[in-house]
Amino acid sequence: MSSIFGGSGSSSTDAAPPKDLNARKEAVMASVRNELALANAQELINKTNDKCFAKCVTKPSTSLSSSEETCLSRCFDRYMEAFNIISHTYAARLTKERLEGQV
Amino acid sequence: MADRFDDATQKELQAFLEREQAQARVQQSIHTFTSMCWDKCITSTPSTRFSRGEESCLANCVERFLDTSLFMVKRIESQRQGA
Repeated sequence: MSSIFGGSGSSSTDAAPPKDLNARKEAVMASVRNELALANAQELINKTNDKCFAKCVTKPSTSLSSSEETCLSRCFDRYMEAFNIISHTYAARLTKERLEGQV
Repeated sequence: MADRFDDATQKELQAFLEREQAQARVQQSIHTFTSMCWDKCITSTPSTRFSRGEESCLANCVERFLDTSLFMVKRIESQRQGA
């Protein structure tokens, strides 16, 4: 247990057991959220890589040309936009169906 | 560190995990839909913005995919009742 001198990390180490338990619970939750956010970002990176490589680099040469790079960055922006459009549409649909299901 | 969470905390964590898992499933569906609808709707080289047609195609694509899945469920149900 750290003392008042070691105030660098968490601030709840000097707390009574219930508070310590709470801190551990919060830590578990935070790490789960972190893992999921990481997995989500990884999936997005993989997908944009696949889709944009297919669209923009049609004839691979010794290096990426500037027009290929322009295409890649536009493609990335468009893929993110598509992801947002679809996530809004899907969320709206889920909400709508949940409401209809209750009637 | 070795002692376990009490019952109330375990319950709370379990509920939390179920919520996060549900959320992750929704996220995964969005990835699948985006990938599928991207291939269907975006046929030209990506430009600085979507055309009107592409944007509405993306939204329609999700909606119609969900309609399709409902339709198939109904179709299977009616076939089972007819048999």
